[in-house]
Amino acid sequence: MAARGCGGVWCRVLQRGPGGSCSASRPRRAVACNARGGAVPLGQSGLAPWAAVVGLEIHAQITSNSKLFSGSQVQFAAPPNSLVSFFDASLPGTLPVLNRRCVEATVMTGLALNCTINKKSLFDRKHYFYADLPAGYQITQQRVPIAVNGSLSYSLCKDNKMSQMVTKTVRIKQIQLEQDSGKSLHDDARSQTLIDLNRAGVGLMEVVMEPDMCCGEEAAAAVRELQLILQTLGSSQAIMAEGQLRVDANISVHHPGEPYGVRTEVKNINSIRFLAKAVDYEIQRQIKELENGGTVLNETRAFDSKLGCTVPMRDKEGKQDYRFMPEPNLPPLILYDAKSLPANVNHQQVVNIDWIHERLPDLPSVKRAKLVELYGILPEHSFTLVNEDGLMDFFEDVVKQTQMKPKKVIGWILSDLLSHLKQHSLTAKESPISSFLLADLLNLLENGDISSSAAKQGITAIHLKFSMWDSSSFQVFEELWKGEGKTPLEIVKEKQLELIQDQEELEQICQAVIDEREKEVMAIKGGNEKVINKLIGLVRKATRGRANPLLVKQILEKKLSE
Amino acid sequence: MKLECVPTVSELGSISILGQITNISAALKEGQVTPTELCQRCLALIRSTQFLNAYITVAEETALKQAEESEKRYRRGQPLGELDGIPIAVKDNFNTAGIETTCASNMLKGYISPYNATVVQKLLDGGAVLLGKTNLDEFAMGSGSTDGVFGPVRNPWSYSRQYKEKIVPRSDSEPENSNWVITGGSSGGSAAAVSAFTCFAALGSDTGGSTRNPAAHCGVVGLKPTYGLISRHGLIPLVNSMDVPGILTRCVDDAAVVLGSLAGHDPKDSTTVQDIFQPFALPSLTDVSKLSIGIPKEYHAPGLSSEILAVWSKAADLFKNAGAKVVEVSLPHTHYSIVCYHVLCTAEVASNMARFDGLEYGHRSDMNKSTESMYAATRREGFSDVVRGRILSGNYFLLKQNYEDYFVKAQKVRRLIANDFVKVFGSGVDILLTPTTLSDAVPYVEFIKEDNRTRSTQDDILTQAANMAGLPAVNVPTALSGRGLPIGLQFIGRSFQEKQLLTVAKWFEKQVQFPMIQLEEVKKHDNGVLQHQKSASFS
Repeated sequence: MAARGCGGVWCRVLQRGPGGSCSASRPRRAVACNARGGAVPLGQSGLAPWAAVVGLEIHAQITSNSKLFSGSQVQFAAPPNSLVSFFDASLPGTLPVLNRRCVEATVMTGLALNCTINKKSLFDRKHYFYADLPAGYQITQQRVPIAVNGSLSYSLCKDNKMSQMVTKTVRIKQIQLEQDSGKSLHDDARSQTLIDLNRAGVGLMEVVMEPDMCCGEEAAAAVRELQLILQTLGSSQAIMAEGQLRVDANISVHHPGEPYGVRTEVKNINSIRFLAKAVDYEIQRQIKELENGGTVLNETRAFDSKLGCTVPMRDKEGKQDYRFMPEPNLPPLILYDAKSLPANVNHQQVVNIDWIHERLPDLPSVKRAKLVELYGILPEHSFTLVNEDGLMDFFEDVVKQTQMKPKKVIGWILSDLLSHLKQHSLTAKESPISSFLLADLLNLLENGDISSSAAKQGITAIHLKFSMWDSSSFQVFEELWKGEGKTPLEIVKEKQLELIQDQEELEQICQAVIDEREKEVMAIKGGNEKVINKLIGLVRKATRGRANPLLVKQILEKKLSE
Repeated sequence: MKLECVPTVSELGSISILGQITNISAALKEGQVTPTELCQRCLALIRSTQFLNAYITVAEETALKQAEESEKRYRRGQPLGELDGIPIAVKDNFNTAGIETTCASNMLKGYISPYNATVVQKLLDGGAVLLGKTNLDEFAMGSGSTDGVFGPVRNPWSYSRQYKEKIVPRSDSEPENSNWVITGGSSGGSAAAVSAFTCFAALGSDTGGSTRNPAAHCGVVGLKPTYGLISRHGLIPLVNSMDVPGILTRCVDDAAVVLGSLAGHDPKDSTTVQDIFQPFALPSLTDVSKLSIGIPKEYHAPGLSSEILAVWSKAADLFKNAGAKVVEVSLPHTHYSIVCYHVLCTAEVASNMARFDGLEYGHRSDMNKSTESMYAATRREGFSDVVRGRILSGNYFLLKQNYEDYFVKAQKVRRLIANDFVKVFGSGVDILLTPTTLSDAVPYVEFIKEDNRTRSTQDDILTQAANMAGLPAVNVPTALSGRGLPIGLQFIGRSFQEKQLLTVAKWFEKQVQFPMIQLEEVKKHDNGVLQHQKSASFS
């Protein structure tokens, strides 16, 4: 399947350094990608190229008021053991009762990932002893999960250039519903383990992605796209830092045409950035291991984000036999569609796949296409708008409130606003400049009341007020923003940022520049007309950007031809 | 046990505690007896029959408080229903808030549940007075009520006039009390409690016959309802896919009364049916000519005592003579049932017992070298050999390499067994009539010569297929054996056709006139009408 996996030369080259070392600044050896999709390490003559195979297992916590099988609330960072029902603590005699919301969220996710929804799915018990698994088993869907055979398309950029986007597809093997476990907190000093069961029994969707990826960046892009889809659906908040999205990567390397190599599973990856790092590190580690005549062990490894490498996890009890068994306390989960829905059925009691399908919101890919069509922006711009949290809404709000063309607005959003936000690790929702104020500012610009550099100063100044770094700007804007209802126009006026409309004043400034720059004037008069730009620049500098460049050019030309 | 005489005010101005629920309920309404009097009488009887070891916990204080509340309701003229003020007992594998729930295991000794099982709650909501928790085999694993940490339950019939008269002392060297017989199990405590008149009804549980088997040995009615009719929430499971709360009473009518208060959908148990359950009173059949009674030939099992066989065929003749159609039917997969049950039961046991790790509740070993060593020690100390044996074999059957060969095959056989019943009922048979046990109750000293597994295998053989198929079945006390011990027969009905099943059982109960147990202890505590009781024997 050439379209899948690492296809084409665009794939970021696989690099590897001396194994064992986790140093980031180690010498790297380039590994190119061949046309078929494999990564080809250069050097070590006579060796066939290596290709990496990456599959993912992703656990997404379902956004729901209560847990998968009990009425306990779901809440992040609640006091330990405050959200534990008798069932969650596995008190004898308690029984699971399936939460309909969790089923609907999973069906929704399955549909969004182009899966076949099983009209009948089953629950199983997976047994293992662990302190934060009170029942001694996890209820999951091993035999027949809710959703199977889907796909996820995701885009990433070639050679790290925004202008060269490539779209890839990863197959979704299945999505299953299962219980989350509790949390163990190890107090090594007192050699105690403390158990918090707040998370025990929270609904999880396990999304199993086929090994269709070949590098960290692909894995990261696929997970980011999944994250966006989940957030769009509202089926999971999918915040990795809060553990709502957990990614395990299965990684192996082989020579294309040969069977897959022995794979390792990398766990403990808690951000998308680390996912890319972990996968790439592990690929390089395996290649090096094999090239040095070693073998790759089928083991579980943890990513150490501080050291930037993967390390073997101490295996709890060696090979586990989970002794799967059907969950006898839950009847098969039956889902209906318009055709199979029985006539006299209480709609509160059933889940109707078609009903959910009709109400699916626009998925990120559709949103991007609509942005391109509606606003005439570039596809890569739509990508950034959708991928950056809240940026699309911000953009659309600004567009609604300004006369400026969307194509021009996007530049302001992507190059000015976004870079400021990123600098301070803020999302668009947290932007100190509201969409209303930015629109106001852009309107001033569009009306010719201020220059773009002045507007940028405005953005910077407004932003600095919040960054609290520049104390003089901070004071100015603190004062401005304290006074409620101050508009950018007022700010601009107080900062004297408006364009100089006075023709005479402008002519005087131009004259002063001409008088100072005899050499440049001579060059222009000698036929090198381009030099006039330098004079224009000097005028603008003298006016702190408050001069309309077209007007300045006219004045200068007139004066020089005199 | 059928009581012909309606309890009446006796010369002593009191009422018999030997009556049936509907009659006692009427007496309570009329003020002939108060719930507190009734409760105190039962408590006194529990004390004087303590040697039976039927109860693990007697909740005297709460029982009296509940009786007092009930009394207030009667005084206001607002009783909650037929069960208001009726003393009952509950097998100690049902959760009872505030009252210890032990499963007769070291693992749960001292465990006090924070919640009531749905069935317990329903009984309490109906005003019933909970006297205490009854003895059982550890985690209901057994067929004798001999394998719990609180010791074996003694069958009240061991102390009956009927048994004492018949039994010939074995030899002079053996102590006299070695003659006592087992109750059967695993709900032996509940069966003994009802049989000895210490309560009017008791809850048991039935996974492979655990309600019907002791009911047969103790001469009481034991109903195993259809799987899914009564909530299992709060019943500490043995085999989730087969467990049902069982009902033990003195007569079939009482079983219907208790069933009426327990049955119906429970949102806390997803395996209960959604259909609304209509409680019913049983009609008195006069004509059985439209009935078709099936006699499954496979239940003529190896080891069936000639005495039981005789009672069984006599019962078939009884139906035939009354005009019913009696046909021999075949349930061809019956003899695979026990081995199939063994695999499914132990697999679920292995899974269900996994939660007992000493962390959240129950016994925890002092061993603290590591979490794993603590688990191991906790489970070694907390579980008996029988329980650990089942856990081990269950885990073996669930291993990846064995799953297909054992668990999956057993499930397929289970389907075949269930289909046997479907076919027979589809052929027009209304009710199946079978023996409940292979023989009458054995003396304890005999019983323990075989291990738990062998005993369970033998004893569940006639009862356990109904659990595989989820069908309702009821033991009706039928006759006394040559040794003066009860013999019961089993009726198996169609799914959710409890009314039909019990109606037939009631007709049969009336015909056979099973004799009442003659107990000194009971006589002492009853001021009622015992002497008027007919003791006509069916056999």
